Amino acid sequence: MKSYHFRILKSKIISVFLTLFAILSTVPFLLVLYFIIKNGISVINWEFLTSLPKPVGEPGGGILNAIVGTTILIIIALILAVPFGIFTGVFLAEKGDSKIAFLSRLVVEILQGVPSIVVGIIVYLWIVKPMGHFSALSGGVALGIMMLPVVIKSTEEILKLIPREIKEASLALGVPYYKTILKVVIPAGFSGILTGILAGTARIAGETAPLLFTAFGNPFLNFNILKPISAMPLLIFNYAVSPYEEWWAKAWGASCILVVFVLTLNIITRLISKR
Amino acid sequence: MRIFRFFLLAFLILNLLNLNSFSQDKELLGAGATFPYVLYSKMFDVYYKQTGIKVNYQSIGSGGGIRQLKEKTVDFGASDAFLSDEQLKEFSSPVLHIPICLGAVVITYNLPGNPELKLTPDVIADIFLGKIKKWNDARITQLNPDVKLPNMNITVIHRSDGSGTTFVFVDYLSKVSKEWETKVGRGTSVAWPVGLGAKGNEGVTGLVKQIPGSIGYVELIYAKQNKLPIALVKNKKGKFIKPELSSITSAGNVKIPDDTRISITDTDSEDGYPISSFTWILVYKEQNYKNRSFERAKQLVKLLWWMIHDGQNYTEPLDYAKLPSVAVKKAEAIIKSITYNGKPVYTEVGIK
Amino acid sequence: MASRFTRKLALNKDKIFNLVLSFFAVLLIFLGVGFFLSLFNASYLAFKKFGIGFFAGKNWDPVQEEFGALPFIYGTILTSFIALGISFPFSIAISIVLGEYFQKGFFAEILRYLTELIAGVPSVVLGFWGLFFLVPLVREIEIALNVPPYGVGILTASIILAFMILPYSASIGKDAMRLVPNELKEAAYALGATRWEVIKKVMIPYARSGIIAGIILSLGRALGETMAVTMVIGNYHGIPESIFSPGNTIASVIANEFTEATGEVYLSSLMYLGLALFIITTVVNLIGRFILKKLQH
Repeated sequence: MKSYHFRILKSKIISVFLTLFAILSTVPFLLVLYFIIKNGISVINWEFLTSLPKPVGEPGGGILNAIVGTTILIIIALILAVPFGIFTGVFLAEKGDSKIAFLSRLVVEILQGVPSIVVGIIVYLWIVKPMGHFSALSGGVALGIMMLPVVIKSTEEILKLIPREIKEASLALGVPYYKTILKVVIPAGFSGILTGILAGTARIAGETAPLLFTAFGNPFLNFNILKPISAMPLLIFNYAVSPYEEWWAKAWGASCILVVFVLTLNIITRLISKR
Repeated sequence: MRIFRFFLLAFLILNLLNLNSFSQDKELLGAGATFPYVLYSKMFDVYYKQTGIKVNYQSIGSGGGIRQLKEKTVDFGASDAFLSDEQLKEFSSPVLHIPICLGAVVITYNLPGNPELKLTPDVIADIFLGKIKKWNDARITQLNPDVKLPNMNITVIHRSDGSGTTFVFVDYLSKVSKEWETKVGRGTSVAWPVGLGAKGNEGVTGLVKQIPGSIGYVELIYAKQNKLPIALVKNKKGKFIKPELSSITSAGNVKIPDDTRISITDTDSEDGYPISSFTWILVYKEQNYKNRSFERAKQLVKLLWWMIHDGQNYTEPLDYAKLPSVAVKKAEAIIKSITYNGKPVYTEVGIK
Repeated sequence: MASRFTRKLALNKDKIFNLVLSFFAVLLIFLGVGFFLSLFNASYLAFKKFGIGFFAGKNWDPVQEEFGALPFIYGTILTSFIALGISFPFSIAISIVLGEYFQKGFFAEILRYLTELIAGVPSVVLGFWGLFFLVPLVREIEIALNVPPYGVGILTASIILAFMILPYSASIGKDAMRLVPNELKEAAYALGATRWEVIKKVMIPYARSGIIAGIILSLGRALGETMAVTMVIGNYHGIPESIFSPGNTIASVIANEFTEATGEVYLSSLMYLGLALFIITTVVNLIGRFILKKLQH
């Protein structure tokens, strides 16, 4: 039998070792963050945010097309995913034991794990081909599909947590079922639903793969959802793999903006779900 | 509920903005070759400033340009590889090739001191076949007695996407190396025996720039803009030629068929650079497909006419060779043959 | 009279509402089924030509129209499993540290944030960072080891993947550890066990299936990851000879070649790859989720 003191010492040493190891694993994240901010912050200025790209080899220009593009794509995705997601989440919370619910949940799990490139292929087949051209709409739909599982899950979870009494009290007062759900239950779960929407937005803001064959890219500003559109992650990808230093610099700037945006959303999400 | 009303509002606003810009026909969409991308991005920027017409060109590789034209998702495709007869058959209606300029595929590499190397066709082919593996291989050193070649492995970089630049290069290799022709062959995407893949001319340039001992093939301007060394290649007449405007133009000084589909690699021209090529814009001859408007067809014809005339002013500053006048004449004839509902379009846009 | 009418109206509205709810749920199911059917339909041409042998084929040759997926399967599996291997020790460490040593408090919060937020960094940004930071680093290592200094390759892609999947297995592992009932731990302490012994001999065995579920789910993510991988893997269409050589994964090949596949068979082969990826990731993810669900009940 090993001496007691030895075992205690071993336990303490291991705990220190493991803690250091865990701290070590935060290093990559910090490195990434440091690099991005260091390289990106010097590029960001008024011109960068408000002008369009210049031809290859000419200095100056900006990424306005990408900023506007990402914004529009997110809006389209939200329009698709929020109503669809909330209603499905409500269905699952309310009628969770039916066969339809079981199959729906299965699909939610599948969608949550599907590689984003596969979503891109599907939307290409369903929207781009029939439409005959690339469009912001198809890009937004692809992003919406990716956001759907997050919204559905968080809606279902928060609604399940709401005490049944609230719903039953409303029904007892004579409020019709549909009004109870829409005006009592959903607002009660608002913070959870919002968490899901914000988390979903953070996820899709940085997605590139599904946009490769749907949104396609556009060096000009575009507000028409039936036409191709630029997006921040697309721009970062194209500029990153190019050999031009001005483009790399712009990609760092865009990465910086994107990462700050996404991380802020993530942090807000966590803070809300704490409450 | 308020969320839904918010989204409805956002949706309506988006659509209102769309109604404003019903300038659907003031924008043209093109995709394809990365080879001329540097030139096109300049040309389209200038064209926009002069005419207000936006041309959205995505350089996704010649393979992509051909494919998207086939799918009819773009107004024009761009490719350095002209379509073969079999490929033309796969299109639902005839496709026209309009040459825009000439470029050169150059061999670039990453060696200490950036020496200017002389290479022969068989050496190039064997490097890309993986048969010559080291920089100080006897066959390379004997061509370059004044250069101290290191004992480094050769890292081949090729394209990972469907590329006209690749097509031009492997077309050349197939002409000068029987082994290449049988083992690998021609195409916009081939099964490379060795090497890493990178996306676009941009990607290959990027990798060559970063990997010591690497070798790759890119369009001239990419090597120049990135200050990478360029090899002199021995042409059919036995001369070592430096790829530059004069030698590229010289390579293009040959008899061109009416449809301009010709490969000028391994040129017979005395001072021609042997890996030169035309680059084309591909459009459908009959422009009324898939509900395309007449206005759109007109804009396309105007753009093409501009590109082979005024647009040519932007070629040489970027190290692309202008179209020889014989090619311009053929191109004019081809543009004039573009029809809408069977009727020529060019008469409607002020071209005589 | 009026109240009976409004009640009837309300009942009808309820019916409509219920229908709307079911409609969306059913629509979702159709969406899922549609994914599968569309991919199947689009891959049919390639399936007819190559059959199951597609996955054993070593050559991806668009010129000869011979398409074999083996190099990409190799690359996908190699990078995913190496990534798992790299992330595993860190993941376990975090699970134990946050699951047992520091369950509450400032340090715990900070550590949690720092380990989980990397999941929020977009893949393309990580790939970009990888290109400029990791690739030169790996290149230096390769030069020191006298191996071709590509910088890009299987190893680099695996390292980036490891960064990306760490938060998933760490978070699930942490939850699994926290689920261990206090009575079990206290019983062990009462018997004179040290903290480490409790962890090693009581907690980890108990939480084992949760930890495994976390690993399986992070595997699922690794298999489908596209952008960061395609930027640093070297895009080589052959079977990688070593971890330093370039390679390719299924997702990366689709991303590179989809918009330009110029032949019908070529395009269909890419779809076939997409179908395979879809099926594999779905199966892996469902297994992981199933284990997790069992844990929670």
